[in-house]
Amino acid sequence: MTDLTELTVAAIRTGVASGDFTAREVAEGFNANVAGAQNALNAFIVTTPDKALAAADAVDADRAAGKVLGKLAGVPIGMKDLFATHGVQTTAASHILEGFKPQYESTVSQKLWDAGAGMLGKLNLDQFAMGSSNETSYFGNVISPWRRNDGGNAALAPGGSSGGSSAAIAARLCPAATGTDTGGSIRQPAAFTGISGIKPTYGRCSRWGIVAFASSLDQAGPMARDVRDCAIMLEAMAGFDPKDATSLDLPVPAWEAGLSADLAGKTVGIPREYRMDGIDADVARSWEDGIAWLKDAGAQVVDISLPHTKYALPCYYIIAPAEASSNLARYDGVRYGLRDLPDGAGLQDMYAATRAAGFGAEVKRRILIGTYVLSAGFYDAYYTQAQKVRTLISHDFKNAFTECDVILAPTAPTAAFALGEKSGDPLEMYLNDVFSVPASLAGLPAMSVPAGLNREGLPLGLQIIGRPFDEQGVLNAGLAIEQRAGFVAKPDIWWK
Amino acid sequence: MSVDKATVAKIASLARIKVSDAELEAIAPELNQILAWVEQLGEVDVTGIEPMTAVIPNTLRLRDDVVDADPLTGGGRGDAVLANAPAAEHGFFGVPKVIE
Amino acid sequence: MTNYRIQGATGEWEVVIGLEVHAQVTSNAKLFSGAATAFGAEPNSQVSLVDAAMPGMLPVPNRECIRQAVRTGMAIDAQINKWSRFDRKNYFYADLPQGYQISQLYHPLVGEGRLDIILDDKDPENTKTIGIERIHVEQDAGKLMHDQHPTMSYVDLNRSGVALMEIVSRPDMRSPAEAGAYLRKLRAILRYVGSCDGNMEEGSMRADVNVSVRKPGEPFGTRTETKNVNSVRFVMAVVEGEARRQVDLIEDGGKVVQETRLYDPDRNETRSMRSKEDAHDYRYFPDPDLLPLVLEDDFLADCRASLPELPDAKRHRYETALGLSAYNAGVLTAEVETARWFEALLEESAARQGKPEGEVAKQAANWLMSELFGALNRLGKSLETSPVSPAQAAELLALVGDGTISGTIAKQVFEKMLETGDGAGAIVEREGLKQTSDTGAIDAAIAKILADNADKVEQYRGGKEALFGFFVGQTMKAMAGKANPQLVNELLKKALG
Repeated sequence: MTDLTELTVAAIRTGVASGDFTAREVAEGFNANVAGAQNALNAFIVTTPDKALAAADAVDADRAAGKVLGKLAGVPIGMKDLFATHGVQTTAASHILEGFKPQYESTVSQKLWDAGAGMLGKLNLDQFAMGSSNETSYFGNVISPWRRNDGGNAALAPGGSSGGSSAAIAARLCPAATGTDTGGSIRQPAAFTGISGIKPTYGRCSRWGIVAFASSLDQAGPMARDVRDCAIMLEAMAGFDPKDATSLDLPVPAWEAGLSADLAGKTVGIPREYRMDGIDADVARSWEDGIAWLKDAGAQVVDISLPHTKYALPCYYIIAPAEASSNLARYDGVRYGLRDLPDGAGLQDMYAATRAAGFGAEVKRRILIGTYVLSAGFYDAYYTQAQKVRTLISHDFKNAFTECDVILAPTAPTAAFALGEKSGDPLEMYLNDVFSVPASLAGLPAMSVPAGLNREGLPLGLQIIGRPFDEQGVLNAGLAIEQRAGFVAKPDIWWK
Repeated sequence: MSVDKATVAKIASLARIKVSDAELEAIAPELNQILAWVEQLGEVDVTGIEPMTAVIPNTLRLRDDVVDADPLTGGGRGDAVLANAPAAEHGFFGVPKVIE
Repeated sequence: MTNYRIQGATGEWEVVIGLEVHAQVTSNAKLFSGAATAFGAEPNSQVSLVDAAMPGMLPVPNRECIRQAVRTGMAIDAQINKWSRFDRKNYFYADLPQGYQISQLYHPLVGEGRLDIILDDKDPENTKTIGIERIHVEQDAGKLMHDQHPTMSYVDLNRSGVALMEIVSRPDMRSPAEAGAYLRKLRAILRYVGSCDGNMEEGSMRADVNVSVRKPGEPFGTRTETKNVNSVRFVMAVVEGEARRQVDLIEDGGKVVQETRLYDPDRNETRSMRSKEDAHDYRYFPDPDLLPLVLEDDFLADCRASLPELPDAKRHRYETALGLSAYNAGVLTAEVETARWFEALLEESAARQGKPEGEVAKQAANWLMSELFGALNRLGKSLETSPVSPAQAAELLALVGDGTISGTIAKQVFEKMLETGDGAGAIVEREGLKQTSDTGAIDAAIAKILADNADKVEQYRGGKEALFGFFVGQTMKAMAGKANPQLVNELLKKALG
């Protein structure tokens, strides 16, 4: 019998629907993998095997009763612990929310359950999604299932912030997972672990019930092993939500049905500003491969310019912390979560003690930066200036898209780095988002697909950025690369 | 612009995060490094450029004035609201006594 | 009134006043959530997950709240900004679950407007224009209770997220009376428009009072802001007390500090509110959960079309079209309930009497202002709880109008109506109060009175014409008030020759 945990979402869906195996068998298989890897990889903050089985049993019963099955019937998935799940601890990987059990379900997770998916557990992440390596989680960092081919056993970062999601998918602990992307938090971990992930256009997926980091940037999206699975997941996750004022009131396209790797008539732009000095040679080579593959798929390739690229990161590191400093003010020890009440403390002391004890160092750092840039006398110089530069970055893309249909670039400047390698220097860590942040600032759909391995045997990702609402164009270019890259590498299972 | 320890202490107080003197010592140079880096934005000519207001051109949608139309955004669920409270008594949230 | 001065040791001082009025917008649901807004509910029973600022909750604005604020802006002749935004005002307090209040600093919904206050009720033409800088829409905070537990304060979030309009005046007022007149006028307009119930006892309307003093003609002094003053009387008291305090302070060599103060009605004094002093860096920035609010022309047209006739216009119409005195028109239009009651009475009266409104208006106005107000005062009731409806009152007035009863009898009938709740016609019928035009009966009564008062008849005929009233009174008395007064006059004149 096939190892069900090697199957894609599409294959599981088809197999369950046709009765080749039951949803329960699938859930049991993944539950076992989750349990077997938990100590070594720490991909989950809590596991919910019973939820996975219950959802599977419901699907099996529906099938037996001849009912129409959902788009994700029988597919167990991982849920990033940034999505509120009813009655299941939701922490954003922060001590300040430890023990918090929402009395509500996020819109996106509810849509997934409604489509027949089941929950294997809540996936670890960088605390409040702030980080690129998963090292800021209060619940310990996730270990990437990947290792370098140098014989050493250096623990590598699975990327961040959706590092639990990326590690779990790469390690076959789940066939797909949710992620969220504020400045690259879906794409960079996908690239680091040899999987696919797409951040849709800002507003496609409801933010209702997702712990907020930076409201004008946060977008949920799927992470999975291949492009088709991303399309299937995204169809289930997206859609208008009247509870989110920034939600796009547009029908959800049939992305899976629209998949086509034929790029004849399409133009791919290569942004010259992304060719930075000292770019990693392997990354540069995989980018060249990507160009060749897209030409092979029929696309025309043109040079384009995104002149304000170098300002994207500093712009992001003003806007995101500013929004975060305000979004995270609600964690005050009054209504939920941690309360640290020193003897004789007044209300304001309680706030300061609770937040000091509850937030990790990186979260505090960003809150302080955000507080500073919004404070009296500095607001215009920092925040207003950053929002103007953001307008320019958005214009850059708009201009570029008059010459091309999608943009191809590396996802990250390097392959996965070792845990601890960058955590001593916040700025160096921030620079890892250099290729992913611009699309976030412009709210554009962007995805990462595996492009090959570097000399160390680690995965590299290629990023495709599309026009607003053109997830289909992004997915199709991703599919063209996927078909030509022939990426089949997977990590050795060293943790069992 | 560079921030000194006193400024960091003031920001931390505004943000209601208690920081020890030793932490201030460590945080101040980190913030300075980051702020010095983001300040390169100042060199961008933004003459005539409006600050971004909506990343995807869109305007605010308004809701109908209906009470409890959706239980997820309606009231009448005191239990759910208080379920996670560190201190809840008689239907209220409890906080250390405030002198106004 | 405009020359209100504070006498100080160094001479006369002028007080400068600006008011920031927080008015609760009349709506079923809150500004950004679907929880109810009703007053006096069980603690935390009208709180949504959004109002409690649970992780991942998002605001979606209520159209009605925006509509009401726009209508209010139109009623004060203000600029309506078709493009506005919501901003976050960041500070920490236990009544503020999000850690920020969603408000509008940079781009408010309503810009510059104005309203006219009347400086003297007896002289309604004497008005002063008070500038209004802006109206913005924002969330109310929750409520803290400090006396329920020895070491804890209790938090009730029922009010958290209720929509408020903050109506910010220019510093155009110069006396407690002007501040009072402004607040009353504003309240009247809000109630006419229906955008706020104006109920100050329940906190639906409260004012932050900005006061400074200066020597006349000099630049503005440093102001203090006294928060959450909840009656017209208290606002006037705050202005008076705070101006006095500032003058005394300055004359003693001190300096007024810009600060937030709290009014204690029991002691009639204000004190510094140090607990708020710490948090003056609010770090306003546009709320990234909300997009720009763009108003369509159709929406604005609907708002305008739905505005009622406002007090100033109504007063003017009462004077010109109905021929009422300026004073009566002012009183009848000062409160929307009075105007509504009056207009209902007018309509019914005109219909019953088959006359144009203009011909019954004075009768209706006089009766309402003297008879009805007097009775309601006596009974401790208001127009809303009046035991007599406009239709019933119109029936009474029609009986006077067509000569069925006299004005004197009408008073008696009205008393009976208040006692029994019966209709005027039924009472007149039952009690036999119908005015008589039976000339024979009246002549008989006159003949007897003239005979009994031969001396007075002599005097009258001798030129003391003032005695005519005496004969009328005696005749009416003899007829138990039911004689048609006009007929009595005619017949008496004839008999007295």
